[in-house]
Amino acid sequence: MSILVNKDTKVIVQGFTGKEGTFHAEQCLAYGTDIVGGVTPSKGGQEHLGKPVFNTVKEAVEATGATVSMVFVPPAFVADAVMEAAAAGIELAVIITEGAPVRDMQAAKAAATKSGMMTIGPNCPGVITADECKIGIMPGNIFKKGNVGLISKSGTLTYEGANQVCNVGYGITTAVGIGGDPIIGLSYKQLLQMFQDDADTEAIVMIGEIGGDLEIQAAQYIKANITKPVVAFIAGQTAPAGKRMGHAGAIISGSAGTAKEKMDALEAVGVRVVVSPAEIGKAVKEVLTK
Amino acid sequence: MNIHEYQAKQIFQKYGVPTPRGIIATTVDEAVKAAEELGGEVWVVKAQIHAGGRGLGGGVKLAKSIDEAKELADEILGMTLVTHQTGPEGKLVNKVYIEEGANIEDELYLSVVLDRAAEMPIIMASTEGGMDIETVAEKTPEKIIKIAIDPAFGFQGYHGRELVFGLGITDKNLQKKMMQFAAKLYKLYMENDAEMIEINPLIRTAEGDYMALDGKMGFDDSALGRHPDIEAMRDISEEDADEREASKYGLSYIALDGEIGCMVNGAGLAMGTMDTINYMGGTPANFLDVGGSANAETVAKAFEIILKNPKVKAIFVNIFGGIVRCDRIANGILEATKMVDVNVPVIVRLDGTNAAEAAVILDNAHIDNVISATDLGDGAKKAVEAAKGVK
Repeated sequence: MSILVNKDTKVIVQGFTGKEGTFHAEQCLAYGTDIVGGVTPSKGGQEHLGKPVFNTVKEAVEATGATVSMVFVPPAFVADAVMEAAAAGIELAVIITEGAPVRDMQAAKAAATKSGMMTIGPNCPGVITADECKIGIMPGNIFKKGNVGLISKSGTLTYEGANQVCNVGYGITTAVGIGGDPIIGLSYKQLLQMFQDDADTEAIVMIGEIGGDLEIQAAQYIKANITKPVVAFIAGQTAPAGKRMGHAGAIISGSAGTAKEKMDALEAVGVRVVVSPAEIGKAVKEVLTK
Repeated sequence: MNIHEYQAKQIFQKYGVPTPRGIIATTVDEAVKAAEELGGEVWVVKAQIHAGGRGLGGGVKLAKSIDEAKELADEILGMTLVTHQTGPEGKLVNKVYIEEGANIEDELYLSVVLDRAAEMPIIMASTEGGMDIETVAEKTPEKIIKIAIDPAFGFQGYHGRELVFGLGITDKNLQKKMMQFAAKLYKLYMENDAEMIEINPLIRTAEGDYMALDGKMGFDDSALGRHPDIEAMRDISEEDADEREASKYGLSYIALDGEIGCMVNGAGLAMGTMDTINYMGGTPANFLDVGGSANAETVAKAFEIILKNPKVKAIFVNIFGGIVRCDRIANGILEATKMVDVNVPVIVRLDGTNAAEAAVILDNAHIDNVISATDLGDGAKKAVEAAKGVK
C-alpha cells in the first residue's frame, strides 16, 4: 500500500518535450513510472522518449486513460495547464514549475477544486511511492521501500529526510513534497489523514518551515485525528526575522509564523520535534522502537 | 518587490483612489518649486524610503511656509533615517515627497492582502488608523474587520456593506465613498498582481472625503514579467547590493552575522543547514540557495559573493541533488577555484542526482582545502571545526 500513486498509475507530462520535462520524464521512466505520453501544443502526433505526444490533455486522457499529470510548463502557463488538466478529468496534477504568479495559482486551485482534481505544488519536488512510481524531480535511488510516510514543504529537505530514514534501516511508503508557495495544493492535513489510513505507513515525518500557519493547523489536526507517531522538523530557527514577510501579511495567521512557535505547537500535541534535520533519522528510529 | 509611497499614490490616482496632491523632489530647489506649484498654506515633507515608521524617525514633517518647506527638505534630503524597520544602520533619503496638507477629521486603516488559509485576497480594515496594525491585532483584535473576496466573482455590494457597517460609518454619502474606495483598491490589487496594499492612515477630511494619506505596496515578484510599468518603479538603491548581484545569477542570498559561509540547494535545506550549524555550535554567515539551474558559472559567483564577507572562516557546500545535478556543482567548485581565490576551507557534501559522477570529478582534481563530508551532520561538524581552526 501507499498513498496517491502506485505502480499502476498512468501518468502524462505537460511540457513533455521541454528541456527539464524531457530530463525528468526520462528519469521517471527509468524509475519505472508508467508515463503513457505527454502534451506539447503543436507537437501532437510526434513521439518523444518512445511515448506519444498530444496537442491537448483531453486527447491524451482519451487515448491513454491517464489519471495523473506531471506539470513542467513555464511559470506563465502553469494556471492554464492546471485548468486544462482539471477540465480533461485528470485526478491529480503534480506541479513542479517554480515561479508561477500567486494570482494564477489562486485561480488554478479554485478551478481544480471545482472539478474535484487534487493538486500538489507548485514549486515542489513531486510525489514518490518507493519502488513503484516517481512523479517529480527527486533522486529516486534514495527512497527505499518501507513504513514511513513523508510530507515536506522543501524539496531538498524531502531528500534529506528520506535518506536518513533509509540510513537508519527503515524506508518510505510515499513521500510528498507539497511546496512552499503561498498557495499550494494538498497540505499536511489531507496527507496526514491519508497516511493515517494507509496500512503500510507506521510513522510520519513532516518537514515545515517559517511563514504561514499550515504547521499550526497540522498540529491541531494531529491532536484530533492522528494516532501514528509523527516526527517533525521546522526549518528556519536561525532565519532573520521579517526578511521576506510583508507588514500586513504577518498578522493574517494571527501569528508571526516563526519556527519556534510551530515547533512548540507540534511538541504540545506529542509530535517528536527535532532541532536539526540531521536528527530526523535518529528520531524516526526512536518513535518506531518505542 | 516594494515601491515608494509616491509611486503607490501614482497608481492609486490612476484608479481613482483619492490621495492628497503631491510632487516628488530630489533636490531642495525641486522641493521649493513643488510647494509653490501645489500652493496652499501647509505642506508635508515626506522622506521616501521603503520602511515604515518614517514619522517617528523624523522623516515626515509639516511646513507652514515655503521657507520652512525649504528648510525641511534640506534637512531630510541626504539624512540617514533610522526607523524600527530599517535596522540600526538606517537608510539614506534620496527623495522627498511634497504633499499638500489635509484637514484630518478621522484616521482609519485599510489594506488588501492574500489570506493564505482562505486562498483569497482579503480587505482588512480598522477604525484604529495611524496605529501599527500589529499592535491593534494584539491588543484589540475585535477592532479589525476582515472581508474575503473570491476573485472568481469579484467585489460585491455585500463586501462594501460589511466594510462600512463594520467601520461604523452611518452617513449615506460617506458609506458610498468608502465602498467605492475599497472597490477601486481591490481592482488595482488584482490588476497589478500586488502582494499587499496598506493605507495607514486612510483619512476622512473635514470636507467629507476619504483619502489615502499614506500608501504602501508590494508586488508578487513572479508576476513582474507581465507588468513592465511596475517593474520600472524598482528602486535599486533600496535593495542590498550583494542580494541583487546574487539574484542576477539565479542565486538567493541573504547576509547574516556568523562565520560559516553556506552554499546549499533549496531554501528549506539552506535554512536547515543554518539551523544545523547553529546546533553544532557554529554561526552561519549567510543564507544562500543556488537554485534549480546551478552551473559552474553560478557556483563560482556564489563563492565570490560568500567570500566578499571578511568574517567567513569556512564554507559549507551542502547539496542534495534533485533538479540540481551534483556533477554540475562539482564542476562549479573546480571552476570557482580557478576564478576566485578560495582561501578558506571548503567542506563539501554532495548527495543525490549524479552524486557518484561528482565524487569522481572532485577526487580527480585533488584540491588542498576541499574537505569532503559524508552527510549533513558530518559536514556541519567539520565546517564548525574548520571555522574554529581545529584540524
